[in-house]
Amino acid sequence: MTSSAMPGRPAKQSRFARKALPYLLSLPALLMCIGILIPFFTAVYYSLLRYRLNLPAMKGFIWFQNYINFFSDPKFWNTLKISLVYAGLTVVLELLLGLAIAMLLQKRTRLNNFISILLLLPLMTAPALAALMWKLMTNPNFGILSYLVSILGFPDMKWGSDPATALFTVTLVDVWVYTPFMMILLLAGLRSLPPAPFEAAALDGVPRSFVFFRITLPMLMPYILTATLFRLLDSIQQFDIIYAMTQGGPGDKLLVFQVQAYLDFFQATNVGRSAALMIILWAITYALSNVFIKQWLKLREKAHGVG
Amino acid sequence: MYDKEKGLFEAFVAGKMSRRELLQATGKLGLSASAAGLLVTQAQTRAMAADFDWMKHKGTKLKLLLNKHPYADAMIANIETFKTMTGIDVSWDIFPEDVYFDKVTAALSSGSGEYDAFMTGAYMTWTYGPAGWIDDINEYIKDPAKTNPGYNWEDLLPGLRASTSWNGVPGGELGSADAKQWCIPWGYELNNISYNKKMFDKVGVQPPKNIDEMVATSAKLTKDLGGPYGIGVRGSRSWASIHPGFLSGYANFGEKDFNVTDGKLKAAMNSAGSKDFHKKWVQMIQESGPKDWANYTWYQVGTDLGAGASAMIFDADILGYFMNGGDNKEAGNLGYAPFAANPAASAPTPNVWIWSLAMASAGKQKDATWYFLQWATSVEHALFGARKMDFVNPVRASVWKDEEFRGRIDKSYAGYLNQHDVSAPGAKIYFTAQPLFFDLTTLWSENLQKMVAKEIPVDEGLDKMAAEMDAKLAEAGLG
Repeated sequence: MTSSAMPGRPAKQSRFARKALPYLLSLPALLMCIGILIPFFTAVYYSLLRYRLNLPAMKGFIWFQNYINFFSDPKFWNTLKISLVYAGLTVVLELLLGLAIAMLLQKRTRLNNFISILLLLPLMTAPALAALMWKLMTNPNFGILSYLVSILGFPDMKWGSDPATALFTVTLVDVWVYTPFMMILLLAGLRSLPPAPFEAAALDGVPRSFVFFRITLPMLMPYILTATLFRLLDSIQQFDIIYAMTQGGPGDKLLVFQVQAYLDFFQATNVGRSAALMIILWAITYALSNVFIKQWLKLREKAHGVG
Repeated sequence: MYDKEKGLFEAFVAGKMSRRELLQATGKLGLSASAAGLLVTQAQTRAMAADFDWMKHKGTKLKLLLNKHPYADAMIANIETFKTMTGIDVSWDIFPEDVYFDKVTAALSSGSGEYDAFMTGAYMTWTYGPAGWIDDINEYIKDPAKTNPGYNWEDLLPGLRASTSWNGVPGGELGSADAKQWCIPWGYELNNISYNKKMFDKVGVQPPKNIDEMVATSAKLTKDLGGPYGIGVRGSRSWASIHPGFLSGYANFGEKDFNVTDGKLKAAMNSAGSKDFHKKWVQMIQESGPKDWANYTWYQVGTDLGAGASAMIFDADILGYFMNGGDNKEAGNLGYAPFAANPAASAPTPNVWIWSLAMASAGKQKDATWYFLQWATSVEHALFGARKMDFVNPVRASVWKDEEFRGRIDKSYAGYLNQHDVSAPGAKIYFTAQPLFFDLTTLWSENLQKMVAKEIPVDEGLDKMAAEMDAKLAEAGLG
């Protein structure tokens, strides 16, 4: 009896193990996911509350009132506009500059490798520190950049403290810090492109501009999309550079999402409003990510189809 | 011999002898300065311990959250006195001011009992108190079983005691009979003029006496000095740009931030008087302020004065104090003057910033924490800090009367005592205590930036700002 039951056991065990294995393997990812989802849904819950830490008696469920308040507040639309303009401007500039530098360094030589490493240095600087460094360089009393632009005929340049030049100033810092990120991703992409189409074009004497727009760019597009997506997500959530340079000012000129949410939470202790703003930012980044990922998948399908 | 020494130190601690007299006397007895310092500490310990069981909480461990500041430095320099006297061990985390209040908010809002006491400003208690993060210290001050009979609460300057107590009612008067004492004043700063005497002499001007003179003098200094600008005031997009010189001058005209009617608040910044003051302030910055004024915090305002980049500041008096020493280029060249913006006012009305100590509600050893708080805010420690360290401005009337302290300040900081003594009676918090303080005061600074940048005219800007504030107050159920 005992011996007749024995042969079935390992079979049962192995069936169970087979079924459980995928769950066991995905358990770490599941735990990570829970670790992310709990704070996320907590933030969603808070965004539906009237919740200021210093007005505990007024705490209560108000459904979507925080969101409705935002949509009827011109300052929110200013925040949305500034955040999108900042993200668009920095990403486009960094993409163009990053691509240009990557193309200059495309050929594998010792000098190019050395320069590409050297150009990565700003990326290794903490953005807040980079902002403080630039704040000193743009100081109208002793900053080197203020001195240089005064020689060029702009003696009263006020950089981040002037509403007319504040966006330009923080964009400059962002471009300085993050262009190397674009450059290194695109350089990796350029160097991994198959040489055959370029050799064929060279043999046929195809003009360089044609090669760039009809061969290089389309083949590089997955890399461009990936780098742009990463930078866009990061840029629309920018905090360090803007807060360290201007605290969101002058006026409300640079009051982007993260700076406003930070002030709402840490200064005003308005948890509900801050959480609602963060959820709106999440929705925007989610939508942008979807657009980019769909484009990326389309390109991949196209590439596979061709292959 | 020993009794003679002991008598000398006890006379010093009791205030019957100055430090100079003590050192002369101990020198005759062959004691070195360091040995004298040790004996002073022992005498302080004996004096404080005379009628009170300081050892009651021996063996307890306390943890503090501190801002990197000369007040904290003075406390750390003297902490052995407390440890010896009480047997309580004290440790601390110390953070620079840029991140300090974020750390405090995070620590308190988490409900963590990690810190027993911490440094705070009075304005912050308008958030921490109603949120239930800090204890009403009246419970301890008024309990004779827990408080050293020599503590002398009444010795703390009355304006500061009132400014650190609030009943929690939006718009409620500070220091009212039903107010809770949310923190204990530790050191404070009032706002007056600190100026570069050499630059003033060169241009041939005197410290201004009112806002019109300040506008004119600043413009003349900017024009005639050909380099340094006339006046340094804060301008960053922060509540901290409103509270020093700006609010001190504003309050001198009797202008208010809010009117309180039947418990409801209404913004008062768009009154005719307020608009007039704003126009003068904006004009002064446009004509004679720093080029990148919108980035100016207390740090830039102070360092420019110390480096000779500005001729005058209307900011914290202790900023002028600190810039007159150390490695600053203009050390020794700075003077101080009281300032009443309103020509019709009888005296200055400086708004104050009060570094204070508060007790965390989540702390587990509150009686021992109170022992620390009463020692750290005691006459003895205040005298130690004022005489030996940069623990200025003291918050105790008795310290301001201390000859050794006054002598030291008068010798190195001419005019400082006068500006303080003239202004101290009118020194208090002039903001209306209310829970939206940080949002609304930051909004004020945002609008001031727009006015200085000529993005909005003053009249229209203030009307719009008041309407926006009223809407926010209504949304929070306060307006």
